[in-house]
Amino acid sequence: MTAIETARPTAPRIVIVGAGPAGIRAAETLVKAGLRPVVVDEGARAGGQIYRRPPAGFQRSAEQLYGSEAGKARSLHDLFDRMAATGALEHVAQSSVLAVGGGGKDAGLHVLTPDGRRVLPCDRLILATGATDRLAPLPGWQAPGVYSLGAAQIALKAQGVALGRRIVLAGSGPLLTLVAVQLRKAGADIAAVLDTAPLTRQAAALPALLARPVFALRGMMMRARLGRLYRSGVTLQEIETDENGPVAIRWTSAAGRVQRSECDMVGLGWHLRAETQLAGLAGCRFEYSELWSQWLPQADRMGRVADGVYLAGDGLRILGADGAEIAGRLAATACLQDLGLAAPDPAADLQRLARMERFATGIARAFPWPAAQVQALPDATVICRCEGVTAGHLRQTAAYGGAEANRVKSLGRIGMGRCQGRFCQIAAAELIAGQAGCKPAEIGRLRDQAPVRPAPVGAWVQDAPP
Amino acid sequence: MTRPDARITRLAETGRTPLWFRLDGREVAALAGDSVLTAVLANAPALRLAEFGTEGRAGFCLMGACQDCWIWQENGPRIRACSTPVAEGMRLLTRTPEAWP
Repeated sequence: MTAIETARPTAPRIVIVGAGPAGIRAAETLVKAGLRPVVVDEGARAGGQIYRRPPAGFQRSAEQLYGSEAGKARSLHDLFDRMAATGALEHVAQSSVLAVGGGGKDAGLHVLTPDGRRVLPCDRLILATGATDRLAPLPGWQAPGVYSLGAAQIALKAQGVALGRRIVLAGSGPLLTLVAVQLRKAGADIAAVLDTAPLTRQAAALPALLARPVFALRGMMMRARLGRLYRSGVTLQEIETDENGPVAIRWTSAAGRVQRSECDMVGLGWHLRAETQLAGLAGCRFEYSELWSQWLPQADRMGRVADGVYLAGDGLRILGADGAEIAGRLAATACLQDLGLAAPDPAADLQRLARMERFATGIARAFPWPAAQVQALPDATVICRCEGVTAGHLRQTAAYGGAEANRVKSLGRIGMGRCQGRFCQIAAAELIAGQAGCKPAEIGRLRDQAPVRPAPVGAWVQDAPP
Repeated sequence: MTRPDARITRLAETGRTPLWFRLDGREVAALAGDSVLTAVLANAPALRLAEFGTEGRAGFCLMGACQDCWIWQENGPRIRACSTPVAEGMRLLTRTPEAWP
């Protein structure tokens, strides 16, 4: 069956948000079943963040860009490009879904495209929105020249640049080692790689990590290549800055010695934070995960939230790229089942998913959220980078207004800024809970607010052509 | 072509076609395929000043999530520097225009 034959007016209108590994596999599954999904993605070219492609005209090979994962990256890119070129799907590129409409004439997705706002009719929605770095604030992190680890990797992959001349990478998680190795290989000057996870935690997680022995071994070998640059079990104290940005980072070694590493760029990140705003707006329920130190959406094994809403990839469960491909196929399969159409047998994928989850659990245990470091932040530390809200202001607000995330946001503006709390909310929850003597889970989850990206007012005055 | 007060260092893909744009009134160079963020930070240490602090800002997440990298243009709306390709003749400002209230 060709795409043209199936594009009947009565065909269900399925929108996939995100064209990373999960979104691409979801699209493939629907296309194979004879449907023509619309794929909305913020990138100019499909691939998502992990398999992000440089603009046209760049020369490095997939092997140089993606290393051991080059084959996977290339096959996803080729698959998507083929589906887009043959009209098997509609690719709405460089576009952000801002809101999920309710009933009435505005039902559908409100999408900001390069040509203005567009309302996409949508019978069924597959959200594959991915994740960002999970950030813990440090004194000085608001300075120019402090970036997320993901930013350092994107700069290298998509632009061929390092975000500084002398670089310190700090935090925890698989990306920490990977970015360090990639930057060094490209010729960047790395001053230190500082992991807040103690070696004992990492060793204790080994049995779970052996669910994917090749991956675990690859990680250990990368670590070994960093030699003495890599330090585990550190506590980060402060990024020293002048008017142009970082000049050094102060940290305490696992043995308790105070150290200072000179640098002009700091990359920070503690594994990942699921990107869940659209899931929330689509009516998804959330549960606090102690393992991941964040609120995660609730769905069945297939990624089904409700009849018509499905989640896949790191925005549902933080399993990484391979897990996202599986989850994308499963979500689309659930969608086909709910439509009463012939769907592939998900049994093998469900088994693979379970193995990915065992490994991911090991990763989460090996590289935990630095709760104690955040609790100990001095009052002057900026927690909200958007609006400069400090730890002291946050603690006072929680003491005065009560330890509930949305109240503290209303009264103290934490999570109110233009990033909508994406980079401060986990630390803020930790501090509010610390003030109240309760657990972060007990202070509640920030409500999702549309638009989930800043949008010009003009986009609402005049709609783009359909 | 990396300037002394630039933030970024080019490590690869340096053989691309040069193009020119204006940054705070001066003519500066970038390469075709640069994002606005790359192009500006190859010529300056920051994209803008923080509204709620005294420090400069140079972007943070580079994936369109943090909204730290919005930069002013001489005529017209601000743009998100990490997700907008630089173009020949752009006129960008690292300071808020004086006409802005």
